[in-house]
Parts: sequence; C-alpha cells; structure tokens
Amino acid sequence: MGKKNWLILLGAAVFICSFPMLVTKIKAVSHYVDVMVFAGIFTLVCIGLSLLIGYAGQICLAQAAFFGIGAYTSGILTTKFGLDPWIAMPAGMILCGLVAWIIGTPALRLRGHYLAMATLGFGVIVNIVLAEEVNWTGGPSGMAGIPALRIAGYKITSDLAWYYLVWGIVFCALIFCLNILHSRVGRALRAIHEEEKAAECMGVPTASYKVRVFILGAVLAAVAGSLYAHYVACINPSSFNLMWSIRFMLMVMVGGMHSIWGALVGAVLMTFVGNEWLRMFAQFEILVYGSILLAVALFLPGGIVSLASLIAMRREKKASALEDAGS
Amino acid sequence: MNTAASQPNAPILRIEGLEKRFGGVAALQGIDYEVPGGIIQAVIGPNGAGKTTLFNCISGMIEPSKGRISLEGCRLEGLAPHKIARFGVSRTFQHVALFRKMTVLENVMLGRRPRTRRGFLAAGFRFPGMRSEEERIRKKALEYLDFVRLAHLAGLDAGTLPFGKQKILEIARALATEPRLILLDEPAGGLNMRETEELGALIQQIRKLRVTVLLVEHDMNLIMDISDRILVLDFGKVLASGTPAEIKENRTVIEAYLGVENGRDTDAT
Repeated sequence: MGKKNWLILLGAAVFICSFPMLVTKIKAVSHYVDVMVFAGIFTLVCIGLSLLIGYAGQICLAQAAFFGIGAYTSGILTTKFGLDPWIAMPAGMILCGLVAWIIGTPALRLRGHYLAMATLGFGVIVNIVLAEEVNWTGGPSGMAGIPALRIAGYKITSDLAWYYLVWGIVFCALIFCLNILHSRVGRALRAIHEEEKAAECMGVPTASYKVRVFILGAVLAAVAGSLYAHYVACINPSSFNLMWSIRFMLMVMVGGMHSIWGALVGAVLMTFVGNEWLRMFAQFEILVYGSILLAVALFLPGGIVSLASLIAMRREKKASALEDAGS
Repeated sequence: MNTAASQPNAPILRIEGLEKRFGGVAALQGIDYEVPGGIIQAVIGPNGAGKTTLFNCISGMIEPSKGRISLEGCRLEGLAPHKIARFGVSRTFQHVALFRKMTVLENVMLGRRPRTRRGFLAAGFRFPGMRSEEERIRKKALEYLDFVRLAHLAGLDAGTLPFGKQKILEIARALATEPRLILLDEPAGGLNMRETEELGALIQQIRKLRVTVLLVEHDMNLIMDISDRILVLDFGKVLASGTPAEIKENRTVIEAYLGVENGRDTDAT
C-alpha cells in the first residue's frame, strides 16, 4: 500500500478518533456520534460497491438486499436460536458470499450490465421474502429485541462504544481492500478496467475476478447488516429495499467511484445529508437525491475525492501560466 | 542461429482442419499446418485473409467452429484465453492494447501473472511471502524491460510513450509471461524504418530465448529478412508455405499477393 494511502489512512484515523471528543462537547451536535455509527455501517456497504463499480465496471442494485440478509441472519439466529452474535455474523457473511457467487457467476460471464438486471430482480425478491415470511422475519413490522454485541463479557451499549467498534471494523475493511488493490490482484483488477481483452490474454481470469469482487462486496455488506441489526435492535424490511440500494450507489457516486476513499467520503456525507440536514424535505427526499445525482454526474463525475486533484491541477496551470507571463 | 531453420525441429504448434465461420462467411477453412519449435514463422496474406482470426483462435479470444489446435500435444481450442496464457501462449495486438494508465513497469509486471499465484485473501491479509513475491515480480519485469531496452522508462505511464515504444512494450509484456509461443500481430505496423530494423533485431533475440515466434506482418522486407518459414493465407485457406526463398519464387503467391502491390501492402491498417 503506497505511502500516500497510509498518510490518508492515518489522517482519517486521527479524525475519526477525535471526532466524538469534539462533538460531545457541543450539545446541539452531540448526537452526531450516533449518526456517525450509521455512517460507518454504510461505509462498509459502500466499500465493496465502489470496488465493484470502479474496478469491475459493474453496477449492483442489491447492495441493500445483502445488507438485509446480513441483518436478518443475525436477527433470526440470535433471537430464534439463541446463538451468539459473533457466530451469527460469520453465518450471514457466508450466506451472502454464497448468494453473490450464485448470482454473479452467470451474470458476470456476459458483457454488459447483466449484473445490474440480475441484482435488481434479486433485491426485489429479497425484500418480498423479508416482508412475507412472517414466522421468521416478523413480516412488514419486522423483528425486535435483537441482543447487543458483547466483547469479552462486556456489553456494548453506549453510542461511543459502538462508534469505536464500527469504525474499527471499517478501518480493518479499508486496509484489507487497500492491500488487495496494491498487490498483483489489484494490478489485475486495474488491468481489467483498462483493457479487458489484453488482461485476459495475460492470464487474468477476468470473469472470475469480477465475481470475486462482487462476493467481497456482498460479504462486507453482510458484516454491515449484522452490525446494524445489533445496534438498532429492531429491524424491518423497509431499511433494505431498492431505495436503499440506490442510496448506496448514490453515496459511492457522490464520493467518487474510482477511489476507495470515495466510498468513505460519500457514505459519511450522504448519511449526514439524509439523516440530518435534509429531514425537512421529507416526502420530497427522492427529488433531492435525484438532483444531487444529476449534479454529480454532470459537473463532478469523479466525485468529491476528485476535487483535490482538480484543485491541484488548476494550481499547476496557474503556476505555469504565471511562469509563462514572467519569462 | 540458423540451426532452427535447417534442422527439422519437433512441431510446437499443430493446427488440424481449423475452420472459423462468422455467420455464413468462412474466415478460415481447412487449415492444416505445423509450426516447428524455435523458429520465426511468418503468416502473410492480403487483408481479410484470416491472419488475425487465426491468431484469435490460437490465443482463445474466439472459439474455432471446427478443428484442433494443439501446443506440444495439449489441446487449446475452446479454452479461455487466461488458461491458454498459462499453457505458454502469449500475444500482442494489432491495435496496441496496453494498460495506458498503468506504468510501463506495471504493464510488464502484469505479464508475470501466469507464473505467480497469490489471490484475494492472501493479498488482503498480507500473508507472509506476499511482499517477497511482489519483489520477485518486480525484478523479473525489470529484466524483461531491460531486454527490450525500455528499463529507463519504467516509471512512466504506458499511455504517454511514443507509439513505437508502446509496440515494443507490448512485446515485453507478452514475454514476461514466459511463453513457449508468442504471437506478434503486425508489430511493425506504424513504425518508421529505423524502428522496424530494431524490431527485427529484437524478434531474432526472442528466438534465441527458445521462444517460437508467430508473426503476422505486412512489411515484406522485415518478413523476408528474419523469418525462417512463411505461411501464406488467402481467403481463409493456405495458399502456400515454405522458406522465404521458396515463397519469393512461388508463382501462385506472386500472382495472388506479392505481385499485385509490388511486395508491399499499402493499406496495412
């Protein structure tokens, strides 16, 4: 992993660690810690999605469904079978990985946006199942009483503890993905993105690599889902519908889909926008999201993280223009 | 290094009854041919003769409609390109297909893929050995860059190289897979005379690495200079084959191809 990424990682870690100390002092924003827990959970969902969009060039419209499978697996295994949450979480991960493998293998063999179509259908099916299987899932009203996580006998209940737990996991996932991107696997992924045919002829199994990226995204979404279920303690199908899949796409696009940092920036920003700053729009929320998407696609296709390099480029241009004028 | 041409080597590539149809059009039909190991085998023919289709069949990018292709006894037809690459067949492309936003070195490092193993989990968790493997890949890639004399450009983005250098870089990337057979699709296309000469020397050096070279090219001077054998295709069929001297004298070839445009195909693109 390059020096630059380590520096960004360090900067992000310092910010994340000190964030609660800053906001808890101010009464008006002290609940931002709670918002940030959600932001961290959504970041986990978005990291995998950004790899899929940025490197495999594919769109997934079932990210919320994987998120939901993770959440409900945790919910059902802990409340109905009394299993430990730390067993339920990997179970959800394995289930999501399997499902992604089954959907991805045929859909990613074909060129074009077949994965988007397949996942669109799958997402809707999952949502219907969650709403209809009343015995298992509690139906539209969902399930409650999902136990909190425990670490070494210590129950995690406070927002602050959750905050550090979730963001710790987010950073582990980020490091995991950055490690992949800066290895021969990442090189192969970038090669697929640039010249698929040539990559294939140099020995990159392009189809199966795309499937693996898709699986990775599904597994991360399952982790996020499980954390979500244990954090909010009650879940219902409306948190895992198509609208949420689109929201996750939006987070990745706003942040910048060609960088893993884009997922982080986009998820945090859009969580604040959605949970805090745009509440007043209520019903018109979807209009606002549509406008944001349109604006980003038109004016900032590289997302927010591309702003930094854009500014740097401007400055360079200005500097060279000044030099030209001076000489 | 003329031994390869004078001694009949065991065939490395065997093509039997190869046919490829696109709808009703036969791009290749009834191709039977053996390429002896360790030689430079040229494939010539007018545009649309099926040369690139032949390359695409061998490298697995398209599946033949009929027939067999075998590399030292291993059947290749119907395999995915990445598997064929593992078997030891590598190629370059008529229209340069480099990873433009990756550096020159990274392009060649990618070529090391078929010879290395580590996957997603090993990379994500940084298993021990990951770093040393990466170091080995880098070292090997630099060797190949050195071989084609591009080592001094290692850090540049491949897309910023001049066209001639890009063509050479593609060859280095293909060589890095340690192929037994390398397919060069019009490597001299778009090169100037000096660059073409250097390319000729490089291809002869590749043969010295005991890599069999299959060469599609329109530059007849280059072909006649360096190739050991020539296969002439016309309308998807074998028109003739033999040594450069034999082909030069071959009446059907002269009528069908060489004579028409005075030995140089002008619409090479």
